[in-house]
Amino acid sequence: MMAAVGTWLDIGPTTQIEAGTARTLPVEGGEEIAVFHTMRGEFYALVNKCPHKAGPLSQGIVHGDTVSCPLHNWRISLRTGEAQGEDKGCTPTIPLKLDGGRIFLLREAVIAPAHAAAKSATTPARAA
Amino acid sequence: MNAQSGFAGPPKVKERLVVIGNGMAGCRAVEEILERDPGRYAVTIFGAEPRVNYNRIMLSPVLAGEKTFDEIVINGQDWYDDNGITLVGGDPVAGIDRKTRTIVSASGRVEPYDKLLIATGSDPFIIPIPGNDLPGVVTFRDLDDVDKMLAAAETGGDAVVIGGGLLGLEAAHGLSLRGMKVTVVHLMPTLMERQLDEAAGWLLRQELESRGQTILTGANTGVIHAVEGRVAGIELEDGTRVKADIVVMAAGIKPSTTLARQAGLDCERGIMVDDHMVTSDPDILAVGECVQHRGLCYGLVAPLWDMCRALADHLTDAPSGYEGSVTSTKLKVSGIDLFSAGDFSGGDECEDIVMRDAARGVYKRLVLKDDRIIGAVLYGDTADGNWYFDLLRKEEDVSDIREGLIFGQAFASGGALADPNAAVAALSDDAEICGCNGVSKGKVVQCITKGAHSLDAVRSTCKASASCGSCTGLVESLLSLTLGGEVETGPSTMCKCTSFTHDDVRRLIVEKGLREIPEVMQELHWTTPDGCSSCRPALNYYLLCAWPGQYVDDQKSRFVNERMHANIQKDGTYSVVPRMWGGLTNPRELRAIADVVEKYDAPMVKVTGGQRLDIFGIKKEDLPAVWADLNAAGMVSGHAYGKALRTVKTCVGSEWCRFGTQDSTGLGVKIEHMTWGSWMPHKFKIAVSGCPRNCAEATIKDFGIVCVDSGYELHIGGNGGIKVRATDFLCKVETEAQAMEHCAAFIQLYREDAHYLERTAPWLERKGLDWIKAQLFDDPETIGRLAARFRFSQQFSQDDPWAQRAAGDRKDLHSHLAQVRPLSMENA
Ligand code: SRM
Ligand SMILES: Cc1cc2nc3c(=O)[nH]c(=O)nc-3n(C[C@H](O)[C@H](O)[C@H](O)COP(=O)(O)OP(=O)(O)OC[C@H]3O[C@@H](n4cnc5c(N)ncnc54)[C@H](O)[C@@H]3O)c2cc1C
Ligand code: SF4
Ligand code: FES
Repeated sequence: MMAAVGTWLDIGPTTQIEAGTARTLPVEGGEEIAVFHTMRGEFYALVNKCPHKAGPLSQGIVHGDTVSCPLHNWRISLRTGEAQGEDKGCTPTIPLKLDGGRIFLLREAVIAPAHAAAKSATTPARAA
Repeated sequence: MNAQSGFAGPPKVKERLVVIGNGMAGCRAVEEILERDPGRYAVTIFGAEPRVNYNRIMLSPVLAGEKTFDEIVINGQDWYDDNGITLVGGDPVAGIDRKTRTIVSASGRVEPYDKLLIATGSDPFIIPIPGNDLPGVVTFRDLDDVDKMLAAAETGGDAVVIGGGLLGLEAAHGLSLRGMKVTVVHLMPTLMERQLDEAAGWLLRQELESRGQTILTGANTGVIHAVEGRVAGIELEDGTRVKADIVVMAAGIKPSTTLARQAGLDCERGIMVDDHMVTSDPDILAVGECVQHRGLCYGLVAPLWDMCRALADHLTDAPSGYEGSVTSTKLKVSGIDLFSAGDFSGGDECEDIVMRDAARGVYKRLVLKDDRIIGAVLYGDTADGNWYFDLLRKEEDVSDIREGLIFGQAFASGGALADPNAAVAALSDDAEICGCNGVSKGKVVQCITKGAHSLDAVRSTCKASASCGSCTGLVESLLSLTLGGEVETGPSTMCKCTSFTHDDVRRLIVEKGLREIPEVMQELHWTTPDGCSSCRPALNYYLLCAWPGQYVDDQKSRFVNERMHANIQKDGTYSVVPRMWGGLTNPRELRAIADVVEKYDAPMVKVTGGQRLDIFGIKKEDLPAVWADLNAAGMVSGHAYGKALRTVKTCVGSEWCRFGTQDSTGLGVKIEHMTWGSWMPHKFKIAVSGCPRNCAEATIKDFGIVCVDSGYELHIGGNGGIKVRATDFLCKVETEAQAMEHCAAFIQLYREDAHYLERTAPWLERKGLDWIKAQLFDDPETIGRLAARFRFSQQFSQDDPWAQRAAGDRKDLHSHLAQVRPLSMENA
């Protein structure tokens, strides 16, 4: 039952993020993550990149469990990362849990994009 | 195998069951066991409290003076006596020795057990701040706490309740009924945020405030102050101080696990139990708030009834198993009806059904997923709470009754009535449709047949649905019933969240004195709980415009640029444009800009089409520092990002130009000083040209001035951009002062009338030049009045937003939560 502990990353108290807003979590060598707190008190984490043209979703308007991208107003579901309505595309989501008033992100998911990025950065170097 | 069996065997030695905790779960468990097998266990109950078993949830009515302690006792001393239960009250258990299978109490009493039941409940969470242990700081958990509060209330005075959840609000209610002046300090922006959505939270807050309580939300208590060693008040992290003779900590609870942990039982947040309430030691069981079952800890009584059943089944060898509970919440504050259950956070596959009845102060929201109710929030009318909760728990398919579901059980189960149109058709002619204006169904139908073929037409002819709008749905049903498919759609609604138009919303905000976004949404029957990215910024502007100096801007309802006070770029960085009054600059400003460009490695700096300089590629983290540097050189925000006054372009004018007729540069600077900082429905640009050659392009601006020998020609409603529109000539004035007065008046008319995101050009074309002229000139006093209203509102908006941020305001918008370094984590 304690098995899950090592794999969750504590990123601080829930009170750091005002309801209806998001804040960011840069990952060294990887994708920046946006952590959202909706007006209804739910928390979500997504890669901070719109599937359209990589707009920083953390800066959009949060309504319901959707964020409207600040660049061209695509609506992205915070639950699934999917673009809503006519638009097609998906942003990776990061598993998140709350415990004792703190936010935890699944460590593997946080560093997975980082590893991927690191790999794609080193592959051409090796090939050369 | 025990004394239950019918024949008289040799007397059995009873197994020894020791219960730690004489509370709701502990005693309920014993009741359940006795019901199944009264002879099996010799029961000893240890209670930390020196009294018999009572109903803890009724402490709230005791505090409020609605009940006495005697009335809330569940099991009196006779119950213990009749059932041969030994009650050891006022002597808490201090330790468990699993090897010798004994417990020891604080007084040193040692008691052996065969089965041990831990039912220690929860401990109030004491927030770790200085002063939290002062005399006068109390919690709200047991009768002693209530007695302390009552003693404090005897002398009146001020109470601060920390925590705006169920417990805190019940404490606040009780204390305020007992005559104290109560302030509730809540960390989150919405009261009871775990049970209520924003809309219901807002209604609750209004009600409590109208009862005289002060509610501070988003408020983080920093320290509790003392005078002469006793509580005197609290101080919030933002420096606000609130006086207090008593401070009630109701900031949450944590499962009471100390004994279990010391005994080496598996614990996470609570004591870990399986489906039979057995801990990691097969002879030790646990129930109630102290346990964690399938990852969940509960803070309500309903789950513990189910837990106690499973526990008793297990202890009497008929194991059944507990599978977790779905909970619902009611607030026990007299006169406030509030109910919440399940998951109402919504989601992709979820649908919301929202009903708002402003006249009755009712808000109902059901969340449906796959045709099943998964969440419900009811405020003001909770009559159907149990019905919805029942449907929710049974996961019943509601597709057949969906249409009428929100109107409640009576309506929805009325067969044919489930179709709203059919329901309306079934109404008699004299049934009242519009309560506000007393309009009957017959009257509405009559006015439709006479030619009112749209909602707006009905509103303007017979007034139905013209006031609070709660009958809009009914009127629409009547329209489609009477006309078949011929309903004319009126002006389009503001967005999909409402059936009102921009004009309706602006008018009703003023008429009804609506002052906050959730209030508008409630009173005007928004169909979504918290709006969308179209209506939120619009409402924020309308409220700002309607209530200058009073309305508190809602940053989260603003588009990114206005929230960050800079223009977002395609790569997520920002551009920064400081104001250059009338396009003038000087070495000091230029030097400061040059320094910023170098210091923050800005990849580009550019002269804009608006006669100033734009610094590109600034990171959000660096913005406050950039602004601090620009402020230091006397520069303020240029609002290049805002639905606001942008630039006032000028030309050289009479000072230098051989054709100049007036000081166009000087006038432009003065106008920019008068108008900067003003929020508008859309961006607003001004220009002043010194002669009809018009080098400042004044005739494609929202407000343009062309100077001539005899005075100033004023032009309105122009823009460059997507669809170029040259201005219309408004009038000619003789003095600078008149030109400025007209400018202020025109801006205010636009601010008060236009739809959000409607620039002056389309606004003018929609309203007509004649209408605008009539507004401004029919009454000779109007210009002065409009200009005065503009100047009044400017008092509150000419506060450089950059300076506030540079000074540390809203740091959270600019800083990251944390940094993650995967490689160092790898080794962690
Ligand atoms: C920086 C600047 C271009 C430049 O380098 O010169 C500029 C840049 C942008 N313009 Fe502009 N406009 C700029 C002068 C103009 C002008 C010229 C002027 O003001 O005399 C016009 C035509 C005149 C007019 O507005 O009537 C102009 C007409 C537009 C329009 C079309 C407006 C319309 O009513 O059709 C938009 C789109 C909009 O606002 O919806 C726009 C929108 C934009 C935005 C804000 C696009 C956006 O939403 O991100 C650009 C922001 C870039 C940035 O990050 O800074 N910009 N834009 C100019 C800033 C002026 C300033 O100092 O504040
Ligand atoms: C003011 C108030 C209002 C509430 N209103 C509601 C409501 O409206 N609806 C709802 O569902 N729930 C409500 N609750 C919550 C509800 O009361 C609890 O969920 C319920 O009491 C939990 O039962 P329990 O037996 O687990 O804990 P408790 O009832 O707290 O019982 C635990 C007992 O164990 C004792 N104890 C602790 N440690 C020891 C020890 N070492 N030795 C001996 N004894 C010990 C404690 O003194 C306590 O008497 C309210 C709670 C409060 C305080
Ligand atoms: S003209 Fe288009 S590309 Fe150029 S600044 Fe304006 S909006 Fe951007
Ligand atoms: S980048 Fe998000 S909508 Fe274009």
